[in-house]
Amino acid sequence: MLTALLLILPVVAALLLHFVRGSAARALALGASLLELALAVYAAFQFNGVYSQTNPTLELKYHWLESAGIAFHIGMDGLSYLLVLLTAFLVPLILLASFRHNYDNPSAFYALVLFMQTGLIGVFVALDAFVFYFFWEVALIPIYFLAGVWGGERRVPVTLKFFLYTVIGSLLMLAGFVYLYYMTGVNGAMRSSDLDAFYNLTLSTQEQSWVFLLIFAAFAIKMPLWPLHSWQPDTYEQAPAPASMLLSGIMLKMGIYGTLRWLMPIVPQGMSVHVGWIMVLAVIGIIYGAIIAIRQRDVKRLIAFSSLSHVGLMIAGMFTLTDKGLQGTVIQMLAHGVNVVGMFFIADVIERRTGTRQIAELGGLTRRTPLLTVCFLVILLGTVALPLTNGFVGEFLLLMGVYQFNPWLGAVAGLTIIFGAVYLLRMFQRVMLGPDSSFSETITDLTGSELAVLVPLVLMVFWIGLFPGTFMHISEPAVNKLLVLINR
Amino acid sequence: MLSIILLSVSGLANLFLGFLRSNRVLLPAVMLVLAVVLAINLIGFDTGQLADWNASPYFAGMLTFDRYAQVFTTVMVLTVLLLLPFSQKFVQDGNPNLAEFYSIMLFSLVGAIMMVSYNNVLVLFLGIETLSIAMYVLAGSDKSNLRSNESALKYFLMGSFATGILLFGIALIYGATRTFDLAQMGVAVRALPAADPGMTPMLYIGILLMLIGIGFKISAAPFHFWTPDVYEGAPTVFTAFMSTVVKTAGVAGFFKLLTIAFGGDTSGFWLPTLTAMLVLTLLIGNVGAVAQTNAKRMLAYSSISHAGYLMLALVALNSETLSKTAIFFYSLAYSLSTVVSFGVLALVHDQRQRDDYDSLNGLAKTNPLLAFAMTVSMLSLAGIPLTGGFFGKFQLLSAATAEGYIGLVVFALVMSAIGIYYYLRPIIAMYMKPAEEGTAAPVPVTMLQSAVLVVLVGLIVLMGVAPGLFDGFLA
Repeated sequence: MLTALLLILPVVAALLLHFVRGSAARALALGASLLELALAVYAAFQFNGVYSQTNPTLELKYHWLESAGIAFHIGMDGLSYLLVLLTAFLVPLILLASFRHNYDNPSAFYALVLFMQTGLIGVFVALDAFVFYFFWEVALIPIYFLAGVWGGERRVPVTLKFFLYTVIGSLLMLAGFVYLYYMTGVNGAMRSSDLDAFYNLTLSTQEQSWVFLLIFAAFAIKMPLWPLHSWQPDTYEQAPAPASMLLSGIMLKMGIYGTLRWLMPIVPQGMSVHVGWIMVLAVIGIIYGAIIAIRQRDVKRLIAFSSLSHVGLMIAGMFTLTDKGLQGTVIQMLAHGVNVVGMFFIADVIERRTGTRQIAELGGLTRRTPLLTVCFLVILLGTVALPLTNGFVGEFLLLMGVYQFNPWLGAVAGLTIIFGAVYLLRMFQRVMLGPDSSFSETITDLTGSELAVLVPLVLMVFWIGLFPGTFMHISEPAVNKLLVLINR
Repeated sequence: MLSIILLSVSGLANLFLGFLRSNRVLLPAVMLVLAVVLAINLIGFDTGQLADWNASPYFAGMLTFDRYAQVFTTVMVLTVLLLLPFSQKFVQDGNPNLAEFYSIMLFSLVGAIMMVSYNNVLVLFLGIETLSIAMYVLAGSDKSNLRSNESALKYFLMGSFATGILLFGIALIYGATRTFDLAQMGVAVRALPAADPGMTPMLYIGILLMLIGIGFKISAAPFHFWTPDVYEGAPTVFTAFMSTVVKTAGVAGFFKLLTIAFGGDTSGFWLPTLTAMLVLTLLIGNVGAVAQTNAKRMLAYSSISHAGYLMLALVALNSETLSKTAIFFYSLAYSLSTVVSFGVLALVHDQRQRDDYDSLNGLAKTNPLLAFAMTVSMLSLAGIPLTGGFFGKFQLLSAATAEGYIGLVVFALVMSAIGIYYYLRPIIAMYMKPAEEGTAAPVPVTMLQSAVLVVLVGLIVLMGVAPGLFDGFLA
C-alpha cells in the first residue's frame, strides 16, 4: 500500500495544481513533494531488504489485463528503495530551484515535475515488465514538455531529437519484452510478464543475446553509453535548469537501474556474450566525455560531458558483475544524483546573476559570495571524488571492480578521476577565482531559498562520503540476490 | 438486428425531419437514436446475452448478430455518436442538406454493421456497397469546394473499380465452391484442392481479387493511392467517419472472411500476399506521413499505417481469440483518437480556414482543452503508454508474436518509431510555437463539443490506465 501511495501522491498533487495559482501552487507542490519524502523515509522502517511475498506493506499486485496475464505488480527491494529515496529527496529541491524562475504558467510546470516523479518512482518499483515499460514512457512525456516548452532557443529540434532517440530505444525494448512474455507461455503455461516469470525463463544463449541487444538499446540510450550520447549535451543545455536536474539527477539512473533489474538477471548468458565491447565503449565514454569536457566553454555543457564521463565509469563497474562493482554502481548512482543536481543548480545560480554561462566571461566571483563558493567547492570536490566526499566511495569501489575485471581497462578508467580534477578545478578556478570580471563587484551571495536547496545537498555529500554504510546496508541483500541470479 | 432496423428507420424518418423549418432538432434527434442503439448493444454485454437476445441467424442464415458483431457495432456506433457534435458547424451555417447528411451517415452505418454481422458473402458485398455509396456522396458534400468535388470523383471512380474486382472475386469463388454461405464456403474451400484440383486456380484467383477489393476499402497499400486526396478534400467530419467506421468495419469483416472461409490450409496460399501488403502498407503509410506539411494529409497517411498495424492481426489469425481482441482494442483506441484529432482539426479549420501544421500554432495558449485533447490523441495514435493506443498496439504485437512473426513485429516497431516523428509535429506546433498573426483569437468551441472532447480523452486514458475494463468481451 505504501508503494502505491508513493506512486499516487505526486500525480494527485499534479492534478490538483490545475486548480490553484500563484503562491498556493508553490505551497501545494512543495508540500506534496515533502510529504512524499516523509513517506519514502518512513518506508525505510517498513522494510526488510529483499522483495518477497512475505512483505505485503511494500508489495502490491492486482490484475491489470487479466486475460493476457499482465498484473499491476509493484514493490521494492533495497535497490529500488534507494532510488525511490533519491527521487523523493531530489524532487523537492528541484521544485525549490524552479520557484526562483518566472516561468509562464508555473502551475503546469510544477504539475509536470510531480507527474514526472510518479513516472520515475513507477520505473523503480515496477515488478512487471509492462508496468515497467508503462512508467518508463510515462516519465518521458513530462520531461519532453518541460524541456520543449520552457527550454532555450533551440529547444524544439533538440527535444525532438531527445524524444526520438529515447522512443526508438523504448520500442526495441518493447520488442524484447514482448518476446520474453511470449516465451513464458511457450510450454502451454499462462503467459505472464511478471519479473519472477522472466527470471524463471530458460532461453538459449543465442536467444538471450538477441533479447539483450533489444532491451539494452533502450537502457544504453538513456544512460547514455558512448556513442549513443549525442542527444544528451544538447538536451541538458537547452532544457531549463530544473529539467536538466531531473534528467541528469534521476532519469539517467533509469537506464542503469533497468540494466540491473531487467537485463542482467533475466538474460545473464546473453549478456556475457556482450560484456567485452560494452566495457570498451564505457571506458571510451569515460575518456571521451572527460576530454570534451576540458574543451567546453559553456558551464552547462561542461557538466553534461562530465556526467557522461562519470556514467561511463558506472556502466563499466556494473558490467564487471562483481559485488564491488555493483555496490559501487548503486552508491555512485546516489552520489552522482546529488552532485549533478548541485552542479546544475549552481550553474543556474550563476547564470541568473550574471546572465551568462560562458566560462570566459566569468571570473573572480568569490569575493562577494563566500557561501556560494563553499557550497560550490564541496559539491565540486564530491564530483571530483575526493576522499571523505560521496564521489569517492562509489568511484573507488567501481575502479576496484574494473581493475579486477581487467587491469588495463582499470588503469584507463582511473583517468576519470584525474581528468575530472582537471576540468572541474579549471572551471572553478576560472569562474570563481581568477582575474576579476565585470560581475565581481555586483554579484550577490546565496539567498535563503537557494541555501535551502544547497545545504541538504552539501550535507548529503558528506553523509554518503562519511557513512556510506547507511545506504550500502540497504542495498546489500538486493545486490547479493542479483549476483545469485546472474551467476545461476 | 435491432440496431440495423432502428438505424434504417430513423434514417428514413430523419429525411422527413428535414422538412421542418429549423434544423436545430436534427443533431439531437440523431444523437438520441445513436445513444439508444449504443445502449441496446451495451445491455447485451451486461447480461452476457446478444443484443437481440438470441443468436439465431436472420434472413435464412445470411446475417448473424453474435458477440463479434455486437462488439464491433458498439465500437462503430460509439464512434459516430462522439463524432457528430463536431458537425455543429453545419447546423450553425444553416446547411440546407443537413438532414440528408445525417441520414446518409446512418445508412452507411447500417452498411458497416452488415459488414461485421454477415454470414453470407453477398451480404458482405451489400454492406460494403451501402457503406461506400454513402461515403461517395458525403465526400463530395461540400459542393462549392473544388477539392471536395475532386475527392468525391476520385473516391467514386477508384471505389467502383475496387467493388467490381471484389464482385468478380466473389463470383469466381462461388464458381469454385457453389455457395455464398460463409461456413459452407469454408468447408468447400478446405476440401477443394483434394476434391477438385482443376477448380483450385479459379478459387485462388477469386481469393486474390477479394483481397484486392477489401484492401482498397481499408486503404492498404498498394491500393491506397486514393486515400490522401480523398481525405484532404472531404469535409473533415466525414473524413473522420471514413477513417474510423470504414476501417473498423473493413478490418473486422475481413477478419471474419479470412478465418471462417479461407482459414486452415488455404491460408498458406494468401498469407504471403497479405504479409507483403502489410509490410508495404506500414512502409508507405509511415514514410508518406513524414513528408506531409498538412495535418489532414498526415492523418490520411497515418490511417494507412494503422491499416497496416491492424493487418498484423489478420496475418496472425490462427491465434483467433488474441487477434479478435486485438482488433477490437486497437480499433476502439484508434477510432476514439482519430475522432479527437479530426474533430480538433475541423474546429480549427472552421475558424482559420486551413489545416496545415502551422494553423495549430499557439493553440495551447488560446484553447488549452483542444491542445490537450489533440496531444492525448497524438500520443495514443503513436502508441505511447497512458493511452489506449499503447495497449492496442501491444495486443496486436503479442498476437503476431504468438504466431511467430518476430520479424514483422520488429519491423512494425521500427515503423512506429518513425510515427513518433510526425505525431509530435502537431504537439510542437501547439505548445512550442507562438501563434501566428491573426490567429490569436480562441477557436470557438461549444459546450457540447467540449464535453465530448473530455469524454473522448477520458476514454482514451481509461483504456490506457485500466485496460482490464475493456478485456474479455470476445473471449
